[in-house]
Amino acid sequence: MEATSRTFKDNARRALVEPDLQQALARMKAGFVVNRAAAVGRLPEFDALRDEARAIKNHTLAHLDFYLERFEQMVTAQGGHVHWCRTAEEARRTILEICRSVGAKVVTKGKSMIGEEIAINDYLAANGITPVETDLGEYIIQLRHEPPSHIIAPAIHVTKKQVADSFYATHTNLDASRKLEEPRALVDEARAMLRQRYLDADVGITGANFLIAETGSTVIVTNEGNGDLTQTLPKIHIVTASLEKIVPTLEDASTILRVLARSATGQEFSAYTTFSTGPRRAEDLDGPGQFHVVLLDNGRSALLGTELQDILRCIRCGACMNHCPVYGAVGGHAYGWVYPGPMGAVLTPTLIGVEEASDLPNASTFCGRCEEVCPMHIPLPKLMRHYRERAFDKGLTPPLPRLALALWAFLAQRPRLYQALTAIKIRVLGALGRRRGRFRKIPFAGGWTRHRDMPAPEGRTFQRMWDEAGGAR
Amino acid sequence: MASNAAGKPRVGLFVTCLVDLFRPSIGFAAVKLIEQSGCSVAVPRLQTCCGQPAHNSGDRKDTRALARQVIDAFEDYDYVVAPSGSCAGMIREHYPALFDDDPKTAHRAHALARRTYELVSFLRDVRGMERVDARFAGTVTYHDSCSGLRELSVKEQPRRLLRSVAGLELVELPGAETCCGFGGTFCVKYPEISNRMVEDKAQAIESTGAGTLLAGDLGCLLNMAGKLKRRGAAVRVRHVAEVLAGMTDGPAIGDGADGG
Repeated sequence: MEATSRTFKDNARRALVEPDLQQALARMKAGFVVNRAAAVGRLPEFDALRDEARAIKNHTLAHLDFYLERFEQMVTAQGGHVHWCRTAEEARRTILEICRSVGAKVVTKGKSMIGEEIAINDYLAANGITPVETDLGEYIIQLRHEPPSHIIAPAIHVTKKQVADSFYATHTNLDASRKLEEPRALVDEARAMLRQRYLDADVGITGANFLIAETGSTVIVTNEGNGDLTQTLPKIHIVTASLEKIVPTLEDASTILRVLARSATGQEFSAYTTFSTGPRRAEDLDGPGQFHVVLLDNGRSALLGTELQDILRCIRCGACMNHCPVYGAVGGHAYGWVYPGPMGAVLTPTLIGVEEASDLPNASTFCGRCEEVCPMHIPLPKLMRHYRERAFDKGLTPPLPRLALALWAFLAQRPRLYQALTAIKIRVLGALGRRRGRFRKIPFAGGWTRHRDMPAPEGRTFQRMWDEAGGAR
Repeated sequence: MASNAAGKPRVGLFVTCLVDLFRPSIGFAAVKLIEQSGCSVAVPRLQTCCGQPAHNSGDRKDTRALARQVIDAFEDYDYVVAPSGSCAGMIREHYPALFDDDPKTAHRAHALARRTYELVSFLRDVRGMERVDARFAGTVTYHDSCSGLRELSVKEQPRRLLRSVAGLELVELPGAETCCGFGGTFCVKYPEISNRMVEDKAQAIESTGAGTLLAGDLGCLLNMAGKLKRRGAAVRVRHVAEVLAGMTDGPAIGDGADGG
C-alpha cells in the first residue's frame, strides 16, 4: 500500500473530527483495556511469564540463524518448503509462482500482517488471481478497499451500519430487502458467502504467530476458525511469516501464548490455536498437498545487534495501541501504513525509512503506558527516541523548531546569562498577566493558546528570590 | 558530599526550569517540606534545565551537555530532589544511558542517579515522613503524572501524605493514570492531539466535583489548568507540594491576583 505516514499531522487532524471513528475508538478503549486488566489480574504469575517470554525471544534472537536453519530442516524433512525472501518483492514473486504452479484462480487468506506488509492482495489481483480475506474484519476492509486500522482488529474503525452498507453493495445476489441490523446477521451472511470460497480456493495463505524450530510447525491463533478452513481445504497452504516469529520449542510457544491472548483481547486463550506441521501425510484424512513457508526478512535482520533489536520481540498483540492515548485519539489509519500505534511508530520507520515516517516516533508524549503493558517488555519509548535522534541527525526536524531548540540549548548551557535574561522576561510576562492570571493568546504560541489558556508566571524567578532571601547555594 | 555541621543530610534542590520561571512558590514549598523532613537545603546556582526538551527532540549532543552541567552542579550533595517526577526521572533513568561511550562520566551519572528523587517520594520513601503539618479546607483530586508514576513509582506517596492534611478530602480521579497530553514539546508539535487528550482529562477532573486538582509536575499542571480555565471550569489547580507545605494563600495556577 502507498504509505501516507508523511502526512501524519493532516491524517490525525481529519481523524479527530470523524464522528464514526471517534465513537469506535471510545468503544475500543473501554473494551480492550478493561478486559486485559481483568485477565492479567486473574493470573498472579503474569509478570513472571512476561520475563520468561522476553528471555525466550532474546535467546532466540541471539541464535536466530541456528533456529531458522533448524526450522527449515524440520519443514523439509516433513515434505514442506521454506522460501527465504529478503524483500517484499521476493516474497510476492515467490507466492505468485506457487499459485501459478497449480493455475490458481482463487486464493483464500487468513489474517496476516505480513500479507499487508508485502501488499499481497493487490499483487495477486493484478496478476489475475482473486484473493479472498476470510477473517471477518479483513473481509470487511477488503470490501471497503482500505487497509487495517489495528493489527488484531482490522475493522475496528468501521460501524455496524457501514458493514451492512458494504454487504448490501457487494452481495447483490441476496434479497435486497433483508435486515442487516444485528451483528449476528452480519456474521451469518459473511460466513455463508465465505463458505463456498473456501471450497473454490486453490491456495490458502495464512500468517503465523509462531514458527517452531524443533518441530517445523507453524502456529496461528484465531477466534473465528477461518484460518483452519483456509489452510486445510485448498491444495496448497502458504504460510507468510517474518523471521522473528521463530521460537525454539513447543514449550516456548506455549509460554508466550499464555501472555499473548491476555494482552490482546483479555482472553485466556484464543478460541483456536492451530499447529500446522508439513503437508498432508498418507494417513491424514485431510490437509493440503503442499506446505510452503515464505520467510520474510524485509530489513529485520539489519536490526540484530543494534539498539532496535528489541522490537523483534513483538508478538503483535496490539496492547500498546490499545493503551496508547495518541492511537486512542486518532486511530490506526492516521499512522499511514500497515503498523499503527507505538509498535508501528518503531516498525514503520524501520521498514519504510525514517524519512517517510519521522512524525510517527515523534507523535508520542512518552507517557510510557505502551511499555508498561507490553507482554514482551519492549522499551517502546526508548526505541521511538532512537528514531527521533536519527531524524534529528539527518536534519529531518523542521527548521523553526530546530532553531528554537538550538537557541534554548545555547542559553541553558550558560546559566548566568540564562538567569539574567529569564528574570527580565518573566518580570514582564508576570506584570502583563498578574490581574487575570493567564493569557488567552500569546504570539508564536498558537499551538498552545488555540486550545487552552496559558497560565501567567508569578513574576519573579525562583533563582532571583532565593538570592534575595540569602538562601544557601 | 558529607552532611553539614548539624549532621543533617544536605539536599541540593533541582528547582526545574518551569518552577523557576512560572511558579517559584512551588520551589519554596519544596524547601519547606525538605527542611521539615530533617534535611538542609541548598540551591546550586549553575542549574537551568535537566535537558528533556533536547532529549525528547533527538538532540543528543545538547542533552549530554546539559546532563554534564547538572552532574557538575549537584555532585557535592547527599541527595538531589526535584518537585517533578519528569525531571527527577530524567536524571535517574536517562542520564546514565547518555554516556555509554564515556565511562568516567557514566560513573558519575550513575552515582548522581542513585541519589536523585522526586520530592514526595523523597519525603516518604527516603525520609519516612508519616504526615505533614498542614491544613486545607476542601475536596481535591490527584492526577498521576506519567514519568513519576511509571519511571519512579510515585503513586501512594502523595496520597498518603495528602490524607494527613487537616480538612482535606481526597477523591480519586477516573483515569488518573492516563496522560494529560502535555508531553513537553508534544503539546505544541501536535496541538490537536494534545488538545483531545487534555479535553478528556479536563472532563474527568470536572466529573469528580473536586474543588482543586493536584499533581506533582508543573508541566502537566500548566496544561490542565490552561484547559480548565478555557472551559470556564471553577476547579483550582495547584502543585501537591503547595498543599503539603500549607502554602496555599496565593493565587492557584492560572488564577489572577484577584483570585479569579
